[in-house]
Amino acid sequence: MDQKGIGMTVQYSGEPILKGRGLVKRYGKVTALDHCDFDLYPGEILAVIGDNGAGKSSLIKALSGAVQPDEGEITLEGKPVHFGSPLEARAYGIECVYQTLAMSPALSIADNMFMGRELRKPGVMGSLFRQLDRPAMEKFAREKLNELGLMTIQNINQPVETLSGGQRQGVAVARAAAFGSKVVILDEPTAALGVKESRRVLELIRDVRSRGIPIILISHNMPHVFEVADRIHIHRLGKRLCVIKPGDYSMSDAVAFMTGAKLPEGVTEDA
Amino acid sequence: MASDTKAATSFEEGLKGASEKVAEFHEDKGALKRLQHWLHQTPSAVPMIVLVVALIIFGLLSPNFFKATTLSTILQQIAIVGIIGCAQSIVVLTAGIDLSVGAIAVFSSVLMGQMTFRYGIPAPLSILIGLGLGTAMGFINGWLVAKVKLPPFIVTLGTWQILLASNFIFSANETIRSSDIAAQAPALQFWGNAIQPGGVKVLYAVFLMVALVAIMAYVLRQTAWGRHVYAVGDDPDAAELAGVQTKRILIQVYALAGLFCAIAGWVMIGRFGSVSPTASTGQLGNIQSITAVVIGGISLFGGRGSIVGMFFGALIVGVFEMGLKMVGTDPQWTFFLIGLLIILAVAVDQWIRKASA
Repeated sequence: MDQKGIGMTVQYSGEPILKGRGLVKRYGKVTALDHCDFDLYPGEILAVIGDNGAGKSSLIKALSGAVQPDEGEITLEGKPVHFGSPLEARAYGIECVYQTLAMSPALSIADNMFMGRELRKPGVMGSLFRQLDRPAMEKFAREKLNELGLMTIQNINQPVETLSGGQRQGVAVARAAAFGSKVVILDEPTAALGVKESRRVLELIRDVRSRGIPIILISHNMPHVFEVADRIHIHRLGKRLCVIKPGDYSMSDAVAFMTGAKLPEGVTEDA
Repeated sequence: MASDTKAATSFEEGLKGASEKVAEFHEDKGALKRLQHWLHQTPSAVPMIVLVVALIIFGLLSPNFFKATTLSTILQQIAIVGIIGCAQSIVVLTAGIDLSVGAIAVFSSVLMGQMTFRYGIPAPLSILIGLGLGTAMGFINGWLVAKVKLPPFIVTLGTWQILLASNFIFSANETIRSSDIAAQAPALQFWGNAIQPGGVKVLYAVFLMVALVAIMAYVLRQTAWGRHVYAVGDDPDAAELAGVQTKRILIQVYALAGLFCAIAGWVMIGRFGSVSPTASTGQLGNIQSITAVVIGGISLFGGRGSIVGMFFGALIVGVFEMGLKMVGTDPQWTFFLIGLLIILAVAVDQWIRKASA
């Protein structure tokens, strides 16, 4: 099935920064991704919605290197790429904020921000004795949190477990924004948060976009999706059903599309 | 669209007038809370306090306690436990446990001795072979834990028995006498040498233990590898997603633990003089090292504690044994009190963990 033109009420000029074509992922007899296409354009917030089991997380895992698709091609800025692991995707500038946040509770904010990419002291202390450059890491972490207006966190060395849910989410977003030069992926960033904290995280998402980094936002929260997204990728039965603009459809339309209660114009669903 | 957006955010209108502050960090000023927080940041503080209190009490009870010879004897007696404790500490920090530490130490010392006396290999080379094989034994533990994904308790319960049995089979239960070693391969007894400033004997082994503790404290605190060890013990899934190669770290930790145990095996030859496959460390090394680790405030759930704490834990055990002996009580009181300390240490750990919530 050709997914390119159908139901794409939004046409962007220019090339997508991150593109997936014909992605397939099977787990035994279950097909999680069924020749799925995906496009993310520069500078946009693209929401990905879909019912449980539609294959959203498989798609995101494929794009962030956590799983390797069985078939299909991913291109970043027009060049084909292959991510063997999340580390490789990170090396390309794709950062993911996982729903679990992937932070070590007992370690400090600075330690967590640099986990897996620590800075070492210059000279012999760094090269031979492998000493961490703590002052530099703390300074960088403080700057990044400041940029996102998160400096209600007073001590950069306090363990992450002493932070509230919103603060942890903020640190995780700051980490992704600090290192994600090309794409930032957010998986259910507001699912565990209160009303006020969710609001703050939505502002963070807009801040990150305003610095030119495109964002993929996975969420079940329709009000949040319709508020911040530029385009909405609706995922159904392992592939992209359509892409809509929040202004053209209502939330109930979107829910109807993703649950299969209604089909967008021009789309035929094969049983 | 317009109505939708309104509907989308209207439930938040109730926020108007509410405090604009989001998720601020509140410093709790209660004294108990602050103590809890401080202990959370400084995990080796509890064993240090216990150690100081024990020293003061025994100093008051026994006038001879604060003599240099007494203190150097205590250090001498904890040298082996301290080194094996370094091995146990890094394993426990990854939320694992190593029951095979004593077996690796004894088997390594036997290998070093037999390489020299049975096969005629020069002693320094035998020592290197022994250290290498000890590391290999640790590597097998690590491989089974990381790659085959077996629980560390089960893996090391198995290798403890396997290595100890191999040790008896390989050595044919034969002890190499101290006088033979002194005459033919003094390098094996190197750590039994001592400096004697002002008549107080301090074994090289004591300096080695202190050096290893200092090196590991640096590595765990100041290097990326050390931070990764904590991250793996704290939450392995999070560490993996954050870019830590958790399997590799686990294998390295168990292999390094094997190396430390082999070093302890070498020290045992210096300390006891002879090479004996029936040395009690084979059976008791794991319990002694786990005791030091737990009293030292390292959490058995991983990711929390410091190796300096383990050193204090080992010292506490040494001070109790020596102090109670000098006071002249039944030696069973030592174990009685250490048992109490273990339970207390774990209770404090649980309490500190609650601080984080």
